[in-house]
Amino acid sequence: MGTGRLYAAVAAGGFRRYATYRVATAAGVFTNTVFGFILAYTYLALWQEKPDLGGYDQAQALTYVWVGQAMFAVMVLGSVGFEEELIERIRTGDIAVDLYRPVDLQLWWLAADMGRALFQLLGRGLVPMLCGALFFDLALPSGPLPWLACLVAVALGALVSFAIRYIVALWAFWLLDGAGAMQITWLTGVFFSGMLLPLNVFPGALGDLARVLPWSALLQAPADVLLGEADPLGTYAFQLAWAAALLAVGRLIQSAATRKVVVQGG
Amino acid sequence: MADVDERPVTGAEREDPFAEYGTYSRVRDGLRAYRMIAAMWIRSTMAYRASFAMTTFGNFAATSFDFVAILLMFSQVDELGGFTLPEIALLYGTSAVAFGLADLMIGSMDRLGRRVRDGTLDTLLVRPVPVLAQVAADKFALRRLGRITQGLFVLGYALVTLDIAWTPAKVLMIPLMVGSGGLIFGAVFVAGAAFQFVAQDASEVQNAFTYGGVTLLQYPPALFAKDLVRGVTFVLPLAFVNWVPGLYVLGRPYPLDLPAWLAFAPPLVGVACCALAGVAWRAGLRSYRSTGS
Repeated sequence: MGTGRLYAAVAAGGFRRYATYRVATAAGVFTNTVFGFILAYTYLALWQEKPDLGGYDQAQALTYVWVGQAMFAVMVLGSVGFEEELIERIRTGDIAVDLYRPVDLQLWWLAADMGRALFQLLGRGLVPMLCGALFFDLALPSGPLPWLACLVAVALGALVSFAIRYIVALWAFWLLDGAGAMQITWLTGVFFSGMLLPLNVFPGALGDLARVLPWSALLQAPADVLLGEADPLGTYAFQLAWAAALLAVGRLIQSAATRKVVVQGG
Repeated sequence: MADVDERPVTGAEREDPFAEYGTYSRVRDGLRAYRMIAAMWIRSTMAYRASFAMTTFGNFAATSFDFVAILLMFSQVDELGGFTLPEIALLYGTSAVAFGLADLMIGSMDRLGRRVRDGTLDTLLVRPVPVLAQVAADKFALRRLGRITQGLFVLGYALVTLDIAWTPAKVLMIPLMVGSGGLIFGAVFVAGAAFQFVAQDASEVQNAFTYGGVTLLQYPPALFAKDLVRGVTFVLPLAFVNWVPGLYVLGRPYPLDLPAWLAFAPPLVGVACCALAGVAWRAGLRSYRSTGS
């Protein structure tokens, strides 16, 4: 099998794996929709108090809420994804088997995670967004071009999300227990992705800092491209730069880790 | 086959001639089992004290985030839906502590779906101890004190900064809200677990009502659509955790036309919710069929 076809098959596997859990997906859609409603009403009150807060009008702010709910599962902003499994393989020593396989460890997990992200976008992203559009006045673009531009930003965001979580998982080679590292990543991710509030509402220097950190590639970037608030090409460049840097760091850690690997229970 | 009432009579029950009839002794048995299982988990947690301290702090930090979001909002505005920061802090603090208590006591119940799926629930059924007590105390996580502590900080801030003409009734209302609110949220946890007997894979639906509910209650009811407020007042009575009694403390009218004495209803609502959740739990347990594998 060609390398390209191999990783495509791995990605398809990642997609199918999540597609199997239909009830769980429906439950997730329900929960994302409920949270979307609660957030939408609080944002309405906030923008009523201060219209044009952060440069968004009310419709844009509401749209941001529903983009956030759509990105929640895609970017793994409130839970854990493959990293939990990878950490477990490192902890138990199963990783040694993986390292003997004639595939690249990082690319393998990347392909599987992209399959997962695609499923989450279709399974848990579309329906809450439709519900939001039905009940609130959203600032959704009418032409296909902004949507396509947003999709590219979502794909690049998913790449950054993977790169961050891959680095976190590899720490298990040294720490052996990933719970603490995963919790810290989860906390920083929720805060700096703009899941709590759009980053342009963050005051002063905190807002400036949040805008340049990699987590802004996960939610703020796709939302701003969809809303027409950011230049797509500039956004892509920002996301690509972070993706390249973080993937390279992940690769460095990977080679350092495999050089020192001590198999548990072997 | 899995009905608790049909389980074998045990030694403990033979000692008590009324065990077969009295709900009182069943409750007493359950509480005793709960205490013992919880104590076992606390002892095992305390074997790694540093880890306990870190996860408790993590719990504290994680739950602080929604209040940080409120603080960020108030860095831009002075009022939200006509409410000041201390007023919202009172709603936040009371609901957070109430939810934290329920989460500490029976927050592990959301694992029930997994137990139904992988068949480990069967192990609990053959033990001569009420299943509810076993599921509720399973993996008792003392680190959840972090959430309660965080809620208490916000509540303390609210009580210090609020400008209220305190009366004995209003002072009494604060512990009343926290206690009855804990009962109401506890009932939601149990009802959610009962639902998982039917939909084994749907633990996230429970999150919508537990975490979604506590997020909703952190903001004043005036923010939300009337139908939503009606729903959480009359259908799923979360409003009695803090909205109805809290607005009485703040001297503000409730957006729905409710008589003022309802502010004192939370304990009754809490007990009624627990009774209903108990019925749902028994129905769920009766419908349980093991995976059989």
